[in-house]
Amino acid sequence: MEVTEQRTYTAVIGLEFHVHLATRTKMFCGCRVAYGDPPNTHTCPVCLGHPGALPVTNEKAIELGVRAGLALNCDVARRSVFARKNYFYPDLPKGYQISQYDAPICTGGHLDVPVGEETIRVGITRLHLEEDAAKNVHVGTSGRMHGSVGSLVDFNRGGTPLMEIVTEPDIPSPEAARATANHLKEILRAVGVSEADMEKGQLRCDANVSIRNPDGSFGTKTELKNMNSFRFVERGLAAELARQREILEGGGRVTQTTLHYDPETDEVHELRSKEYAHDYRYFPEPDLLPLELTDAWVREVRGSLPELPDQMRARFVEQYSLSPYDAGVLTSDRDLAAYYEAVAAGPVDPKQAANWITVELRARLNEAGMEISEARVSPERIIELIGLVDDGTISRAAAKDVLDRIFTSGESPSAVVEREGLAAMGGDELSGVVDEVLAANPEEAGRVRDGDQKVIGFLIGQVMKATRGGADGGRVRGLILEKLGS
Amino acid sequence: MQNLTAYELAQRIAAREVSAREAAEVANARVEEVEEDVNAFVTTTPELALERAGRVDGRLQGGENGGVRLWETVPTTVKDVLSTRGVRTTCGSRILEDFTPLYDASALLNFGEDLVMVGKANMDEFAMGSSTENSAYRPTRNPWGLGRVPGGSSGGSAAAVAAGEGWWALGTDTGGSVRQPAALCGIVGLKPTYGRVSRHGLIAFGSSLDVIGPMTRDVRDAALLLQAIAGHDPHDSTSANVEVPDYLAELENGVEGLRIGLVTELMDERIDAGVREIVADVANSLEAAGAEVGEASLPHAYYALEAYYIIAPAEVSSNLARFDGVRYGLRVSADGVHEMYRKTREEGFGDEAKRRIMLGTYALSAGYYDAYYAQAQKVRTKIIEDFRAALHRYDVLLSPTSPSVAFELGSKTGDPLAMYLQDICAVPASLAGIPAISVPGGLSDGLPVGVQLMSDHFTEPLLLRAARAAEQVADFEFTLKP
Ligand SMILES: [Zn+2]
Repeated sequence: MEVTEQRTYTAVIGLEFHVHLATRTKMFCGCRVAYGDPPNTHTCPVCLGHPGALPVTNEKAIELGVRAGLALNCDVARRSVFARKNYFYPDLPKGYQISQYDAPICTGGHLDVPVGEETIRVGITRLHLEEDAAKNVHVGTSGRMHGSVGSLVDFNRGGTPLMEIVTEPDIPSPEAARATANHLKEILRAVGVSEADMEKGQLRCDANVSIRNPDGSFGTKTELKNMNSFRFVERGLAAELARQREILEGGGRVTQTTLHYDPETDEVHELRSKEYAHDYRYFPEPDLLPLELTDAWVREVRGSLPELPDQMRARFVEQYSLSPYDAGVLTSDRDLAAYYEAVAAGPVDPKQAANWITVELRARLNEAGMEISEARVSPERIIELIGLVDDGTISRAAAKDVLDRIFTSGESPSAVVEREGLAAMGGDELSGVVDEVLAANPEEAGRVRDGDQKVIGFLIGQVMKATRGGADGGRVRGLILEKLGS
Repeated sequence: MQNLTAYELAQRIAAREVSAREAAEVANARVEEVEEDVNAFVTTTPELALERAGRVDGRLQGGENGGVRLWETVPTTVKDVLSTRGVRTTCGSRILEDFTPLYDASALLNFGEDLVMVGKANMDEFAMGSSTENSAYRPTRNPWGLGRVPGGSSGGSAAAVAAGEGWWALGTDTGGSVRQPAALCGIVGLKPTYGRVSRHGLIAFGSSLDVIGPMTRDVRDAALLLQAIAGHDPHDSTSANVEVPDYLAELENGVEGLRIGLVTELMDERIDAGVREIVADVANSLEAAGAEVGEASLPHAYYALEAYYIIAPAEVSSNLARFDGVRYGLRVSADGVHEMYRKTREEGFGDEAKRRIMLGTYALSAGYYDAYYAQAQKVRTKIIEDFRAALHRYDVLLSPTSPSVAFELGSKTGDPLAMYLQDICAVPASLAGIPAISVPGGLSDGLPVGVQLMSDHFTEPLLLRAARAAEQVADFEFTLKP
């Protein structure tokens, strides 16, 4: 017997998020935070790094940082310190970024992430506050600095409040990484810290990736950047893991490096290592006093937090008797959860309601590329639709057709049923159709009568076909069995 | 009019005996007369001074003098390190040769729109130096001897006051830059408590040390000018939210009953004998005037200079990073951004600025941080504790301001360490953040000697009162030079 040595590849992934905080003004000056405005229209001596200008910390940003930290089960430091991270770049007007280094505002939290049917716990190493850099625009064909004919800098983004969140390397797969990013987004939105829209750059994600050695120790990790959508987080990590696996399978070694994910080619590219060989010479920012928070203030912030997605999920399981999976799906999106609760508040079975929303409605939203907030069909319409099925007015199959119509039109399901003649056939009419089908298929009818249940599905199908789906499957089955006396 | 103090001048203007414009004309005339010899300014602003003085006079026509405060009427010289809206601000550097700020330093805001500014005073580049020879433009000469330095880095401000080019001046002090040039030019120089005066608009050298301070003809002028610039500023997180007292109220109360400690570590052989003699004389005279005088000790004072020359360069290496040619100031075009940075900074900064950037960069580098920067911070804490103990026993500490009188131009430029030693007496108070003032104590070899007084945080009224007594017992009278 041939024995092949089979190596198992276990991914070890840690994520680093940068989140734009939903403040009205910048981190250290009074300029407005605004995106999409003409370049350099939201600037002042402070965020342009003019000589002598001093930073003043935005208190709202501190509050949002603490809200996020509390929502992620972190310890909130009663004393934290801003530090200067020194490096030269045209988008960094002071030649240093004000950040936090060895005394961040929050440490040691976690988030419980639903991944498929399971839940994994991802540790949070730290959360700190800093200012964002400005935006370099390279004029020329390539769009990159190298080889461009000139560069321009838009300082509107410069100095906007940014929160960095670093997870432990607890994430076992690209799929789980995507779920983590998504779950984090939901939490941040729930507590009003950020819209966390990746497409708008409000949430940025980098990753540390390695493959565990056969002895269980960590392999050499690489840093992966530029995954600017949830999908790209998953695909980028998959591409990098494939690259590492190929190296290991070829007997090679993974080298520590920084890579860039290119969604166009679905490949990762190594950045010139020189660009990232920095000694940032961190030291405490002398222009700002250490940030000191009182217990009372932190308590107050904690008290103002709304229900978090994890808490909501537990409540859905409890209150509506949903499966943890359905509850997870519904609470993974705050708007979806609110929609569901609006439906469940009606005279409907909460489980039925969950089924209609998590399966039918979501499928249509996905297909249309819409968010629940953009849906034309209101919770009241869904309640009405479920009611029509419950009282036998329409079949489940017909109800799906109705949902198709009202999904695009937003009109009342009763109106659609009436106009399209989709109401389920009444008892006599349906009974007549069943009689016709049995008469037309004597052989199958005979086998059912003799106790062969296997062909009943065929007969039901024939009835459904004849009624163009306008009958309830369960009722048809009952009628057939009744008529055949078995 | 020329021989009045700023306080006396302001009183005359308030009484309508002279106009603010007449005072500005006198100041401008004096600039015309001596500036060629003294070189106190990078930029003079005679028309601006006249125009604003005219506006001040206009406001004085209103009831109760139109609410014009005493200090607003006095022709003022401003060190070129303070941001002045619409008036170029070079910081003594090539890299800001054509830079015109968009805003006024907060310390100037109590002058309203009408600061009667005579000009922007010369200085060591980015306030780094003790002789004003590090100015990118030209050295300032000491009005007491034109072949000598005025001290630094606020040498232009000190020389301007000594020469009557403006009645008073604002300087900045990081490790003695107000006090040492004041001592060398025979005027009063006050470094207030760190945080007493907003730093917003003060182009940073050592952010944890920088303080704006008055440079004046006498202590009363210093009190009045401090009154104008002190206060909490929401734009400076390190400015203290501590009430501003009336600095003139206790000024003339004398030293009777005050406990004054002469700092033994700052009276050793590193200090010229002639300087020590005058400081001892002043101590004796204060005792005769009713003070209780004894010996005080700052055991870690010897390490202050070393700690200072780690902390200040570390901060400045970061503070000067913004001068990169991207947004304002000098830009030397080159192929690629890194080359542009290199050339701009190579041409824009002078030797001393480069030296300190390198020192500071090294001190903050990975692997060296603990040995240098972190260690220096520990020394700083020790020095703060020394002062706490000494100021528990004494109300005011006394020492020389500078180890020597004004030295000859060029005599120390080749030896940076000898130049750094000029700061040994001034640096401990800077590291501790406490207020300190230099008053003229007398002459040694015909040149002024400064006596330094130091007191606890935010006790400027007490410090000014002791300094007022010291200047009155000292064998020195302010007269315009040259
Ligand atoms: Zn701004």
